[in-house]
Amino acid sequence: MINKTVKDAKEAVADIPSGAFLMMGGFGLSGIPENCISALLERDIKDLTIVSNNAGVDDFGIGLLLKKKMVKKMISSYVGENAEFERQLLSGELEVDLIPQGTLAERVRAGGAGIPAFFTPAGVGTEVAEGKEIREFDGKLYLMERWLRADFSLVKAWKGDTSGNLIFKGTARNFNPMMAAAGKICIAEVEELVPAGELNPNEIHTPGIYVQRIFEGKNYEKRIEQRTVSQAKS
Amino acid sequence: MLSKEQIAQRIAKEVKNGQYINLGIGIPTLVANYIPDELEVVLQSENGLLGIGPFPTEDKIDPDLINAGKQTITMVKGSVLFNSAESFAMIRGGHVHLTILGAMEVSENGDIANWKIPGKMVKGMGGAMDLVASAENIIVAMQHCSRDGASKLLKECSLPITGIKCVKKIVTDLAVLEVSPKGGFVLKERAPGVSVEEIQGKTEGKLIVEGEIPEMVF
Repeated sequence: MINKTVKDAKEAVADIPSGAFLMMGGFGLSGIPENCISALLERDIKDLTIVSNNAGVDDFGIGLLLKKKMVKKMISSYVGENAEFERQLLSGELEVDLIPQGTLAERVRAGGAGIPAFFTPAGVGTEVAEGKEIREFDGKLYLMERWLRADFSLVKAWKGDTSGNLIFKGTARNFNPMMAAAGKICIAEVEELVPAGELNPNEIHTPGIYVQRIFEGKNYEKRIEQRTVSQAKS
Repeated sequence: MLSKEQIAQRIAKEVKNGQYINLGIGIPTLVANYIPDELEVVLQSENGLLGIGPFPTEDKIDPDLINAGKQTITMVKGSVLFNSAESFAMIRGGHVHLTILGAMEVSENGDIANWKIPGKMVKGMGGAMDLVASAENIIVAMQHCSRDGASKLLKECSLPITGIKCVKKIVTDLAVLEVSPKGGFVLKERAPGVSVEEIQGKTEGKLIVEGEIPEMVF
């Protein structure tokens, strides 16, 4: 098997240049590539374009990259949890493309799967449809959306092997599998890295063919945005 | 006038056995509390889960298990996890039977506006546009009027649209209404103690009143 292992996050992101087009997995703060984000913060690069469903919070996740003014443009579906994001957007320092969540997921999937465009009903009759081709199929209107592909995609998995095969946990899977496939270079950070052959092939979510670099991350904080609990039954 | 909990309680009566359901943030989330135990339904969370359970107890909190509102949750028996593309394939493919969501405005032909207010910070549409473009049955939960008293049931939406001709039913603090395929809000039920005249006065779009309108029963 091909060994994709790199030493750590620092080595994994060492060649990401200014102006790079990146994808980052995660929904809210769940399943985000924490180690890669920390390593990027140490790099002297800027003008990044980042495709990510959300934009982190002020002091965690992509919010940290925003605070250091490393981001030129965000491509997201919902960005409501971040005051610094709002400030930069209103002052014109930051561009944002807001995309319906399902369209975002499918554009990334299409990018990884070699489908340059597709038709979706989401956004017909709204400002999302402006400037896009509209076509009728079987009596219903659809609009054309293009694929998204990235220079680098940064994903986070629960377990991985040295060949780059990945297994995710819970709802931390979200956008990670599609982004793995849509990046020319996919960097995967995992909580537990094992030798190839130790994962059950029946249980692998993302085949290692999509992953170019893999390392075992450390010190995962896994911050919770909305801590909601129910009382234990006594 | 109904409280938010009562709006949720009334909407829960629309739920049918065997349905897969997506509940939006706010009042729609409360609907889960009122679905009768004898109904077998599955709640979908668009970030990748079928089978949402109650909030966890303190010792069961898992940061890798959240709903679309980013709240910590649990899974029920028989749950399944998947990625975001698969999740919206379920939604766009028409496999989710019922979507319940909030709105800022609904028009008399079933258009919905719920994602953007000009002049205010735009947070994004999240999954709302995909959901309203695809679900076969969409129920809106909202207040009949905004805080400044303006009707939210309009001839045409004034705010940027989320989806066109998609809302089938609306449950407000004053009434249950259906959107007529020919246009107009068909008044089906009144909240206890609320008159047809009051509903008429607070509905800017065309209100269709046929025969006696019963009070809601809880």
